[in-house]
Amino acid sequence: MAVRPRILLLDDDQELLDMYQEILGQMPSRPEVVTAASGARAIALLESQTFTLMVTDLNMPKMDGLQVLSIVRRKYPQLRIVVLTSVMDEQFRSRSYAMGVDLFWQKPSTMDEIKLFLDCIESLLGREEQESGFRGVQSKSLVDLIQLECLSRTSTTLRITNGNLEGRIWIRDGDVIDSATASLTGTEAFKEILCWKTGSFEIMAADDSRPRRIQESYQGLLLETAQAIDEGQYQPQPDGDEGAATLVSPLVALSKVPGVEFLIEVPEEKTKDAEAWAAENVPATSAWMREVVEQYRKLGDDLQAGQLLNIEFHGSQRHLTCAPGVGKHLLAGWNRNLPPDELRENLKLLTSKWAS
Amino acid sequence: MGFLSLKPDTSLPLRKLPSGSFTVDSSGNIVTSTVPTSFPVAQVNRIARLVLQTFARGHEAGYPFAELIIHFAAFKLHARELRGGAIVFLSPQKRAS
Repeated sequence: MAVRPRILLLDDDQELLDMYQEILGQMPSRPEVVTAASGARAIALLESQTFTLMVTDLNMPKMDGLQVLSIVRRKYPQLRIVVLTSVMDEQFRSRSYAMGVDLFWQKPSTMDEIKLFLDCIESLLGREEQESGFRGVQSKSLVDLIQLECLSRTSTTLRITNGNLEGRIWIRDGDVIDSATASLTGTEAFKEILCWKTGSFEIMAADDSRPRRIQESYQGLLLETAQAIDEGQYQPQPDGDEGAATLVSPLVALSKVPGVEFLIEVPEEKTKDAEAWAAENVPATSAWMREVVEQYRKLGDDLQAGQLLNIEFHGSQRHLTCAPGVGKHLLAGWNRNLPPDELRENLKLLTSKWAS
Repeated sequence: MGFLSLKPDTSLPLRKLPSGSFTVDSSGNIVTSTVPTSFPVAQVNRIARLVLQTFARGHEAGYPFAELIIHFAAFKLHARELRGGAIVFLSPQKRAS
C-alpha cells in the first residue's frame, strides 16, 4: 500500500489553514495535511513527525516565514518547501529562493490559479515518490564524487563552485573528457579544481557537444593530483606550467596576490594566536577585527541581511579587507593605489585561494 | 468560491531591508535621512553608532580609513567619514542569478 504523503501547513490565519487543509486533502495523492499556526509549532511538529512537504506563509507574527525557512532548510534539507504568500516582492522572492525553497507562490485568488497551485503541489509530491535514491545535503570530497560518477558510467556535467571560483568537469560514459575554470581548461583545470577543499557542486545535464581535451583515465588523473597534493601544497601556476608544485606556507602563497601588503589570519577564538605575514601589531589588529566581524554579523542576523561576505576599509595610507570565514577571518592590507574595482577582483582571488 | 481569497492581513508586516541614506554627526545624532519611516529609527541609530565606532576603533588600532563597505549576501552598507560624523548608504542587494 502506498504511503500517503504528509503536508505541513503553516499560516497564522486559522480560517485559511482550515480551508487549505480541506482542499489539499482532496488532491489525488490524498495527502495527510497537518496544520500549524506559528513557526514554533511548525518546528516542534517537524521535530516529532515526518513530512514530505511544508507550505508556509511569510508574513507571520513573532517568528516570520523567513526565520522559519532558515531553520527548517538547515535542519531538514530533504523537506520540500513551498512559500505561499500574499507578499509579492522581488526581494522576498529572491531571498526565499536563496534559502532553498522549491516554489514561491502568490496566494491564489481565482479558480485557475488554485488549480495550477494544486497541480504544482501534486507534482512536487509525485516527484518525491518517483525519485529513487536519496536527497539531502551531501558533504563528500570531490574525489569521491568524481569516482562515483565515473564508476556508474554516467554522462554528466559537474559544476563546482569554491567561493567566487567556478569550475566544470565533463564526464561522458564514465570518462572525464574535459574540465574548465575561468582561466584553465583540460587537465590543468581538473587539477586546479581538485585542489579546492571546500565548495558546492551541482550535477547538470551531459553536454554531448563538448570536445574531448582530457585523454587520461580518471584514475590516473586522480592519482596524479592526489600525489601532488600529498607531496606538499599543490599551487597551480597562473601560467599553466603543468605539474609544477611548490611547498609554501599558506599566507606566503596568498601574499602573491597583486596588491597585498600584509595578511593576518584571525582566529575567532580569542585564546588562539593569529598567523600573520608582513603585519605589525598583530594582537591588537586581530582583536579589533574580531570585534568588527562579530558586531556586523550580529547586525546582519538582526536585519536578516544574509551572510556577512566581506568588509572593505578604504584609507589614504592603505586599504584593508576582511573575509570572514568559519572559525577564522582573513584580514588583508592592500596597496592604497589599488582602484576599488581592482581591489574587489583581487579580494575575490585572495578569498578563493584562502578557502581552497 | 472564497477559498484562499486574500483577506486583510492582521499579522505583523514582514521586515524589508532598508534602502536609503542618512547622515550622522560626530555625537551620533541623525542629521538627515532618506531611510523609509517603516524602518525602525532605533535600528538606524544602532547602525549609525556602529559605523562611528568602527571608524573610531580603526583609528585607534592604527588603521585610519575614510570609507567602510560591508557586504552581506542580501544587503550592502556603505559609509563615508564626514568630519567626525558619517554618511551611510543602505542598499538591498539582488541575488546574482
